[in-house]
Amino acid sequence: MAREDYEVVMGLEVHAELSTKTKIFCSCSTEFGAEPNTQVCPICMAMPGTLPVLNEKVVEYAVKAGLATNCEISRNSKNDRKNYFYPDLPKAYQISQYDQPLCEKGYIEIEVGQEKKKIGITRIHIEEDAGKLNHDEYAGGSLVDLNRAGVPLIEIVSEPDLRSIEEVDCYLKKLKSILEYIEVSDCKMQEGSFRADVNVSIRLKGDTKLGTRTEMKNMNSFRSISRAIDYEIGRQVQALDNGGKIEQETLRWDEVSGKTFSMRDKQDAQDYRYFPEPDLVAIELSEEYIENIKNNLPELPESRRRRYLEEYHLSEKDAGIITSSKYLSNLFEEASEICGNHKAVNNWIISDISRILNEKEMDPIEIPFTADNLAKLVILIDKGTISSSIGKKVLEELFEKPRDPEDIIKEKGWVQISDENAIKEIVLKIINDNPQSVIDFKAGKDRALGFLVGQAMKETKGKANPQMLNKLFLEELRK
Amino acid sequence: MQVGREELLHIANLAQLELKEEEIEKYLLHLQDILNFANVVNNAPVEDLDITIGSNKTKNVFRKDEVEEFKDIESLLQNAPTKERNMFKLPKVIN
Amino acid sequence: MEITELTVHELQEKIKNKELTITEINKAYVDRIKEKEPEVQAFITELTEEGMEQAKVIQNKIEKGEEVGELAGIPIGIKDIICTKGVKTTCASKMLENFIAPYDATVMEKINKEEMIDLGKLNMDEFAMGGSTEYSYFKKTRNPWDLSRVPGGSSGGSAAAVAADMVPWALGTDTGGSVRQPASLCGVVGLKPTYGAISRYGVIAFASSLDQVGLFTKDVQDCATLLNVVAGHDSKDTTSVEQEAKDYTKALQKDIKGLKVGIPKEFYGEGINVDVKKTLEEAIKKYEEMGAEIEEFSLDIANYSLATYYIIACAEASSNLGRYDGIRYTYRAKDCGDIREIYKKTRSEAFGEEVKRRIILGTYVLSSGYYDAYYKKAQKVRTLVVKEFNKAFEKYDVLITPTSPTTAFKLGERSTNPMEMYLSDICTVSVNIAGLPGISVPCGVDSNGMPIGMQIIGNKFCEETIIKAAYAYEQETNFRSKYKPTFKGGTK
Repeated sequence: MAREDYEVVMGLEVHAELSTKTKIFCSCSTEFGAEPNTQVCPICMAMPGTLPVLNEKVVEYAVKAGLATNCEISRNSKNDRKNYFYPDLPKAYQISQYDQPLCEKGYIEIEVGQEKKKIGITRIHIEEDAGKLNHDEYAGGSLVDLNRAGVPLIEIVSEPDLRSIEEVDCYLKKLKSILEYIEVSDCKMQEGSFRADVNVSIRLKGDTKLGTRTEMKNMNSFRSISRAIDYEIGRQVQALDNGGKIEQETLRWDEVSGKTFSMRDKQDAQDYRYFPEPDLVAIELSEEYIENIKNNLPELPESRRRRYLEEYHLSEKDAGIITSSKYLSNLFEEASEICGNHKAVNNWIISDISRILNEKEMDPIEIPFTADNLAKLVILIDKGTISSSIGKKVLEELFEKPRDPEDIIKEKGWVQISDENAIKEIVLKIINDNPQSVIDFKAGKDRALGFLVGQAMKETKGKANPQMLNKLFLEELRK
Repeated sequence: MQVGREELLHIANLAQLELKEEEIEKYLLHLQDILNFANVVNNAPVEDLDITIGSNKTKNVFRKDEVEEFKDIESLLQNAPTKERNMFKLPKVIN
Repeated sequence: MEITELTVHELQEKIKNKELTITEINKAYVDRIKEKEPEVQAFITELTEEGMEQAKVIQNKIEKGEEVGELAGIPIGIKDIICTKGVKTTCASKMLENFIAPYDATVMEKINKEEMIDLGKLNMDEFAMGGSTEYSYFKKTRNPWDLSRVPGGSSGGSAAAVAADMVPWALGTDTGGSVRQPASLCGVVGLKPTYGAISRYGVIAFASSLDQVGLFTKDVQDCATLLNVVAGHDSKDTTSVEQEAKDYTKALQKDIKGLKVGIPKEFYGEGINVDVKKTLEEAIKKYEEMGAEIEEFSLDIANYSLATYYIIACAEASSNLGRYDGIRYTYRAKDCGDIREIYKKTRSEAFGEEVKRRIILGTYVLSSGYYDAYYKKAQKVRTLVVKEFNKAFEKYDVLITPTSPTTAFKLGERSTNPMEMYLSDICTVSVNIAGLPGISVPCGVDSNGMPIGMQIIGNKFCEETIIKAAYAYEQETNFRSKYKPTFKGGTK
């Protein structure tokens, strides 16, 4: 059979680290990138006798995430222990939630092409992250760092509603942007604070019974998620076509080889033996508590998008791109506010900033300069201090070494020449050097003016004020 | 319920225990004994009852999200059989 | 009277009257330990040298006229399940043989704040699993009343140390009777407060929903005093309960006229030793004479409770003991090629037989296919037990039962048959299942001269009621003036 004969059915389990100051069950910092085992205490190191105390922000953030994804919030909830042995799990159980998650039955709306589609959210629950195993390059062993152990996570489980790589990509980007908007997670994929496991199965088109699914882990960018799914669909199609069967298993994506590998340790049958965590008391959320969070929920991307259409008259496409990321959206709003020219800001974001982000494979959160910097850039152009082509160079510079654009142009000597006398001198020189173009212009060939202006620009290394050049050329040529 | 040898070994494996032959015999016997007794819970009149997890009915005990640094990191590592560069050291873990 | 025979309130009296100094008191105890420890074997770690140093510091303070607390300089013994910073805390296990706790348990912070002197870490059944202290990895503690018998367990070291006058009082833990039963077998007072009355932070977990710190004292007055020190809410233990500070010594009253005493008849049935039964009946008669209203009633939960207890306790233990994996604390099996080998060898070598048995049972009842039949059912039975007790406490102020169905048995007598050992918890476990307070007070001896304990059970957070009931009885009968441990039956 061809790949087109199969329908792909996918569901996602997304783990997002919550951006609380402290861990879920102890007061250690969650700051990323600290020296090994410096953000630890007896509790997250699972020293005998220690007990967990739940961080109130974790519950609040999870409820926020639930409300932002149209979930029902459980009035009664509890924590459970998931038991398994692994060196990055110091208690040999993970405190998670089993049968009473904080949020259930939600959905996210995605748009693929022109089609809108609701993707169901089965549940959102809170749990603790595990530590990290580092390979010891000297002695060939593994080293356990528990800084990350106990960092709060929410796990967002989707229904198996996704049918294509594009849908998965769209769902993940939408989910990520929602979490960023409500400020519960910074969703930095490189730091592992936004991770997705993908369940994939295939069935012949028209079949109603689901095929056996595999679960893929270890993808750390949108690109690798798409690649992994593509690979896995291909693998499953080939297996079925060859008369084989799909085994239900967990697979690890290997970025380098571009393949998936089975993760299961054959001798370890999994049985997590979930049971209610006796060291923690039950969670009971009042209507009032939930209402209060609902009322204070920040504006979500959907609503911002609508506002941009109405308030700023952005195009559907531009509004979509800008609101896809809270950071882009904030950049847009703040810079527009400062410089008063939202059209220019919009253009910068849609064209040059997006292009550079793409080239550098950067996430909007990693944009190194401030809204103030961008606004300054727009103002400098509007005032005629620099030309827009110099502006592009300033932007490149802002990505490299962010600082005040005014300082950049001074330092680089990029200030635009707007002195009429100086420009006139250049115009006369160019006219003098290009008699043929002058004749062409006078013969009615308008393109000749463009050529002359271009020559003048070249002469001034792009610093001449283009409006003024135009004006003076016309004056001189029509004499 | 009857506990079989294979089942006992499966359970021991889940618990990361390795049983010697004579232990298997003994534990099979004991486990069966205890489970036979434990079966009385299945005769208790509990049809309409909810489960009890803990003794106290307190709910919603939370902590403020405030950082407090644990100073004596050295004391947390002092009991480790092997360590290197402030980390617990193990033979290489693959996966 | 020897210094070490005095209760803490008697010691306090003599300190106040300048008849005794802190150094004299501690010296007396240190000497007593030196004398009796070879026979009794109650200590895993002695802290006698450190204790004497501390005693001198406190005595100096007193002599300089500095203010010290009422309990400053009073010695205490601590069950080796309670974390003590910078000191070995072994849980009587090979697994933690050299484990030095990086922090103090909340109860230790309270003891230290009072400037009491910890004279040592006391023996117990490994990870508190057992009823005879024979399952300690290190040593078998003897009953001071008869050295060929067990002190009970799991807090056998604490009970024996107090009975043998090696410490005036001690802390233990009680998950299914581990304070009350050894107190009964050693003829001392043992209190297990309401679940949540004392912080569990720093108490190495056996079964989280049942564990509670308990107290061993020579008399009920000391019990109330020590409870004042260790009880109270702790923000580090979310299962500890917030309640207003109480002065339990206010409950030390002799007048119990009108006290409604329920006698659950099923606790006096099959399996209860004749002497125990007879002595309890006498004690109940005594209560009647003192003006209490006695009524027999049916509370048919003992077997359900015991079954529920072993299911829940083992399930929680199987999870709580997962962290002993050879990575972070002391013991790791030698020559392991990979991590699975480290896990399996370490845990198989360093856990004792009883601990492994309970881990297996606990893993079994939680595993898929059995969870509903055992664990979930047990949680429902737990609700049933709570309900039945609630009904009883609508009618009665306290319930009286034997603490243990028998007096102290011989070493080795029950250690080969686990079910037989488990049955010795039959009178005590239901109290843990329901999270109630219970106190064991000595009320007589059997034909071998071995002490018999009476268990007084109260409603949740009604420690005052059981303390009062126990105090009134103790004042009336004065067990301590009639009977003393004889240290008979020793091998040397």
